[in-house]
Amino acid sequence: MKILSRSFILPLLTFCGAIVIWELTICFSGWKTQVFPDPLTVVTSIGQLIANGTLVKHTIASLFRVTAGFYLAIFLGIPLGMVLGRNTFLLCALNPLIQFMRPISPLAWIPIAMLWFGIGEPPAVFLIFLSSFFPLVVSTTLAVSSINPTYFQVAANFNLTRWEVISKIIVPAMLPEVITALRITLGIAWLVVVAAEMIAVDSGLGYLILDSRNALRMDYVMAGMVVIGLIGLALDMAMKKLGKAEAVAWGTFSQ
Amino acid sequence: MSHIILAGLSKKYSERRKKIRDAGEQLQAQSFQVLKDIDLEFENGEMVCILGPSGCGKSTLLRIIAGFDQATSGSVLIDGKQIQGPSEDHIFVYQHSALLPWMTVSENVGLGLRSIREEKQREEKIQEYIDMVELNGFESRYPYELSGGMQRRAELARALAVDPKTLFMDEPFTGLDFLTHMRMREEVVMMHLYTEKSVLFVTHDIDDALVMGDRIVILGGRPATVLLSRKLTYPHPRKITSEPELVELRREIFFMLGVPDAV
Repeated sequence: MKILSRSFILPLLTFCGAIVIWELTICFSGWKTQVFPDPLTVVTSIGQLIANGTLVKHTIASLFRVTAGFYLAIFLGIPLGMVLGRNTFLLCALNPLIQFMRPISPLAWIPIAMLWFGIGEPPAVFLIFLSSFFPLVVSTTLAVSSINPTYFQVAANFNLTRWEVISKIIVPAMLPEVITALRITLGIAWLVVVAAEMIAVDSGLGYLILDSRNALRMDYVMAGMVVIGLIGLALDMAMKKLGKAEAVAWGTFSQ
Repeated sequence: MSHIILAGLSKKYSERRKKIRDAGEQLQAQSFQVLKDIDLEFENGEMVCILGPSGCGKSTLLRIIAGFDQATSGSVLIDGKQIQGPSEDHIFVYQHSALLPWMTVSENVGLGLRSIREEKQREEKIQEYIDMVELNGFESRYPYELSGGMQRRAELARALAVDPKTLFMDEPFTGLDFLTHMRMREEVVMMHLYTEKSVLFVTHDIDDALVMGDRIVILGGRPATVLLSRKLTYPHPRKITSEPELVELRREIFFMLGVPDAV
């Protein structure tokens, strides 16, 4: 209980401190509210945006894109990583290409994505997919290739079928590392969605920020930023919870 | 129970080394022989203790008989049949715990009982083996929650549950404290007397071999050959420090392994 309250109160104090510094910066900088809105203005702006429904609409649009792109990356990236982790021939063939594609920022794909998929959902989802796909493939490959070979000998000894080797050995063994990778990758996906929405769509939190800038409403811009941060925090906490599930708890204690 | 015959078994590893010559670098294939002309015969239900200095190829020999590795030449016949890779008839117990860390004790023990369709019947069988190694109360614990000795016992239960003909044990007492080691030794001897399964037991502990074995095999040299293969017909429990013949044999083995003054 004491630990729980500490892990809640300490971060709360940090946030309060950050808001105080924000407020003080405004006091001493002498900037106008239109240029650098103060915390209270931002909170009222969030209230306005919630009241007229735009914030919910944009948040849902962004979350939808992240979910679509992220799931696509999971369903394609993790199986590919599993294959590469077990098959050294394929790994040798494909790894250089993956390492070549990986450092190209998803943002560099924006022109091509727009040309291929037009304006609307598809290019945004594609960019999020790209941002999560390569890190997931690389971490899954590493997780699978580092499984203790003894476990595969045990599997052979007890006559496990190919399917049982996947479901009883490979998947549970890689899970702790893959969940950590998912946690990091989801952060990247959330980072990229805002950038993607600034170019190709007319909804989402990225669009809200861009649109507000065009209207010179810096309070809405900052409201958008605050909401992005809050959702990012919530997603990370949810993924952290997933990492503590019983099925992967062994990873923390063994080895 | 199984009748095992090894005939002319040899194992070579090919080794690649770079040798620097005047003309430049050249790859030369070299081979490194581990086992040479191993001829052995183990009778039905024998507990065979394979002794030898570390790195002499004991584990390699065991892995070949269990089907995890292939001999370069020679043959392994188990019950008259050439081995065809690992199988449920020959369960291997590892030096370091090979329990699957993401499964509970009962899930691990149930690994070899997957063929029992009836849920209740399977659970009863799992419980039977967990009770056998006295791990009742720990069924739903994960391996990391158990002590070293309990992990070995759980692995033994998992191995026995499939009712294999032969158990292969590769230094299964490594890393256990003295008392746990003694207790596990006693348990393995009791298990062997009770189930009459063939056990191939690799160890570097001479006393373990003398206390447990129905037969002692000593490997040595480089490449390793069989230095001794002797049947021990003394009843259990054995007094290896007072039975004159065992004392003499023990001295002989210490001498054979190059530490004559250690007795």
